[in-house]
Amino acid sequence: MADWEVVIGLEIHAQLATQSKIFSGSATAYGAPPNTQADLVDLAYPGVLPVLNAQAVRMAVKFGLSIGAEVARHSVFARKNYFYPDLPKGYQISQYELPVVKHGKLTVTLDDGAVKTIGITRAHLEEDAGKSLHEGLAHASGIDLNRAGTPLLEIVSEPDMRSAKEAVAYMKKIHTLVRYLEICDGNMQEGSFRCDANVSVRPRGREKFGTRAEIKNLNSFRFVEKAIHYEVARQVELLESGGTVVQETRLYDSDKDETRAMRSKEEANDYRYFPDPDLLPVEIDDTFIEAVRATLPELPDEKAARFARDFGLSAYDAGVLSASRELGAYFEAVVAAAGVGHAKLAANWVMGELSSALNRDNVEIAVSRVTPTQLGALLERIVDQTISGKIAKEVFEAMWSEGKSADAIIEAKGLKQITDSSAIDSVIDAVIAANPKQLADYRSGKDKLFGFFVGQVMKATQGKANPAQLNELLKRKLGGAA
Amino acid sequence: MLHTFSIGELGRRLSAKEISSVELTRHFLARIERLNPTLNALITLTADQALAAAGKADARRAAGEQGPLLGIPLIHKDIFCTDGVRTSCGSRMLDNFVAPYDATVVARLKADGAVMLGKANMDEFAMGSSNETSYYGPVKNPWDTTKVPGGSSGGSAAATAARLAPFATGTDTGGSIRQPAALTGVTGVKPTYGRVSRFGLVAFASSLDQAGVFARSAADAALVLQSMAGFDPRDSTSIDEPVPDYSATLDAPLAGLKIGLLREFFDGLEARNAALIHDALKIYRQLGATTVEVSLPNLPMSVPTYYVVAPAECSSNLSRFDGVRYGYRCENPKDLLDLYTRSRGEGFGAEVKRRIMTGTYVLSAGYFDAYYLKAQKVRRLITNDFRAAFKQADLLIGPTTPTPAFAIGAKIDDPVTMYLNEIYTIGANLAGLPGLSLPCGYVDSLPMGLQLIGPHFSEAKLLNAAHRFQEATDWHRQAPRGYE
Repeated sequence: MADWEVVIGLEIHAQLATQSKIFSGSATAYGAPPNTQADLVDLAYPGVLPVLNAQAVRMAVKFGLSIGAEVARHSVFARKNYFYPDLPKGYQISQYELPVVKHGKLTVTLDDGAVKTIGITRAHLEEDAGKSLHEGLAHASGIDLNRAGTPLLEIVSEPDMRSAKEAVAYMKKIHTLVRYLEICDGNMQEGSFRCDANVSVRPRGREKFGTRAEIKNLNSFRFVEKAIHYEVARQVELLESGGTVVQETRLYDSDKDETRAMRSKEEANDYRYFPDPDLLPVEIDDTFIEAVRATLPELPDEKAARFARDFGLSAYDAGVLSASRELGAYFEAVVAAAGVGHAKLAANWVMGELSSALNRDNVEIAVSRVTPTQLGALLERIVDQTISGKIAKEVFEAMWSEGKSADAIIEAKGLKQITDSSAIDSVIDAVIAANPKQLADYRSGKDKLFGFFVGQVMKATQGKANPAQLNELLKRKLGGAA
Repeated sequence: MLHTFSIGELGRRLSAKEISSVELTRHFLARIERLNPTLNALITLTADQALAAAGKADARRAAGEQGPLLGIPLIHKDIFCTDGVRTSCGSRMLDNFVAPYDATVVARLKADGAVMLGKANMDEFAMGSSNETSYYGPVKNPWDTTKVPGGSSGGSAAATAARLAPFATGTDTGGSIRQPAALTGVTGVKPTYGRVSRFGLVAFASSLDQAGVFARSAADAALVLQSMAGFDPRDSTSIDEPVPDYSATLDAPLAGLKIGLLREFFDGLEARNAALIHDALKIYRQLGATTVEVSLPNLPMSVPTYYVVAPAECSSNLSRFDGVRYGYRCENPKDLLDLYTRSRGEGFGAEVKRRIMTGTYVLSAGYFDAYYLKAQKVRRLITNDFRAAFKQADLLIGPTTPTPAFAIGAKIDDPVTMYLNEIYTIGANLAGLPGLSLPCGYVDSLPMGLQLIGPHFSEAKLLNAAHRFQEATDWHRQAPRGYE
């Protein structure tokens, strides 16, 4: 196989988290009974007119500022004309020649630690279509227009990605960002965040791009990766067997793990874009931009850098803990409770026990059963040697299921660590007395038996003996000290 | 007798309790029943609702409320959505469509107590200059029933001229108020684009459509426009500009008014038409106005420009009529494409189809720049021409139409000749300017219109100039024979 280079660009559709639709007053909540969230504007009744939702513009500007993009002072809504039953007006209102956001960029960190900058050509506002329902109706198709008119931000990247992994890393980064900005809930199952992938291949070293195929409507990171893998293999095989790639739109079938042609360029619609005469151009001034800028939160990269700098975390840990605003906030609250000096311990616990409990029980961190203050109090007990790290895990599980404080559980279960040397000594004496053979073997050189004695003492103390003290005392006793 | 009174006079009599709105409404309903079968000016009569609304208006008057339109009957062009009443747009496509809401224009007039008698016939989706493209058949001109009343608001114009109501609403995209007003001898006002809300007005060409009024005098039109005009948050293109008191300045003196004579309007104008305009100018000079010749060099391009822009917008605006959610649906569609093509093929008439196809063509890849974009540039040039002209003149004056009403059937098979009817009116639409047509005499015993065009938001000035002219003349008081 010749050396092929993969070229990928993504068009990400992020549903904006506005209360109402982009051009009507209807609600945007997911999962309502069909057509209960569609008013006369959404249904495209004769005579109705669109009125732009200012909140959607604010959100688009917020996104633009977060990727260092140019916010267009003048942008225009255009009509994209085509007939489809789930498109009630017969056109989609979108932005075409003059989008609200252009020329941004985003830095992604790959698994191997390499850092790559991906260009973002533009981001524009548009309305979503409704959906057709083909199931459960005998001789007809149904149409649900609840989604029609839902605001979308379409984020178009440059063809800067060179592998499926890069594409996924970029998509994840955008996913993190839009949730940080609180402009999209990021829910991929509900279709709030999805993408189209433009994929082509070219012999490495050649400048000219190959012919691309566009894979539509990918709604999970895994599908993006698999669809790109499939598509790259398909194109390479086609080219190596003397064929040519045709420019077309393809659909990824996750059941069969393959992409299939939807329509070719020749069959593509002529959308007859033109400026929508029902809407004025969107004029944005500095005051508006600065007001939006003032609402920008600390961005993921800034937060990760601060975690690494202020808390001495590794780049990886800082990245994980800043992956969502909620996780970052939780972590910081734990650090505040446990003390900055124990940030690493806090990081380990948040990424370890807490995350696995959240995942296991499918609980959002914002409503975690163990609050950051409670977790911080638990960590304090590790630090002050009231309990060992191992016992702490047991305490944590009890906190998770019973909702009580660490101290209450330690007290109730008698898990307080034994740090009284004489108490540990007497247990050691009893263990040695009960195991004369092992003692003899140890003394004759079987060092490995040290672990056996530790285990016996821990067993006798239900794990409560202070491990460091135990080690020291046991070494002395086994060595023959009185 | 009641139908001969002005809105002002009717208001005084209603206020003095000499008549009731119910009586007035009965009077006009009776006239409609008697005269409309000949004229075909109305598509839908809403007698029961009208009497109920009149009763309410009387109750409001009895409770002490006043208002120039409280209890005054009107007819709405069937392009305005009216809650619970069929809104057909003169099309088979919407023959079964009962609007679930009121257009802003309808709601405002309703709130002021005006009483809707019914819905006026019109060219299908406002596309036409003769009212012959209506699914409900042509409207007859009350001055000569073998003649067209003009269009697209032909039903509203004919109804006003025939005294079937004191006033009627209309819309003007390329002249659809001013041209039929001229051809039926009534006063028609097309306000500044953005002055009156388009919400609930079924769109033909969104950047050109503007709602306005037909009345028998400028003074009446002022009262109606007062109610219709104003900002509407539901129409992003409506403009938040204070509405002046149009009646207050009707009598303002015209001394010092500079009237611009558009050279392009007089080039090739038929002699008898030109003579009427010059007679009108004499009156204006007597009223103290001066005249100055102005030129709009790009104006001759207005018709071709319009016939790119308007069809382009219409081709998109009418896409929603697809047989899926409301309106006409073909029998037994066999699949989606069949549903679309037959519903639209059977639901739309020939002129509408012609414009959809023209518009689709000019927006297509490869033609967009040559047609749509070029037309937008010319539109800008025409707007600039007007702007320059208004540095020299306060108002522009010219004919409304090149000829008086023509025979039904004479031009319907020749679209280009038909389109040239709007040669004098389209410019104001392209530039978004207010225009007014008022009767100024006769050619071949048929009424002719004098057109006034003013700068943006100069409706008060246009109404003032028209009113002063009407104080000095009585063209506007003349009724077609049989409709006095």
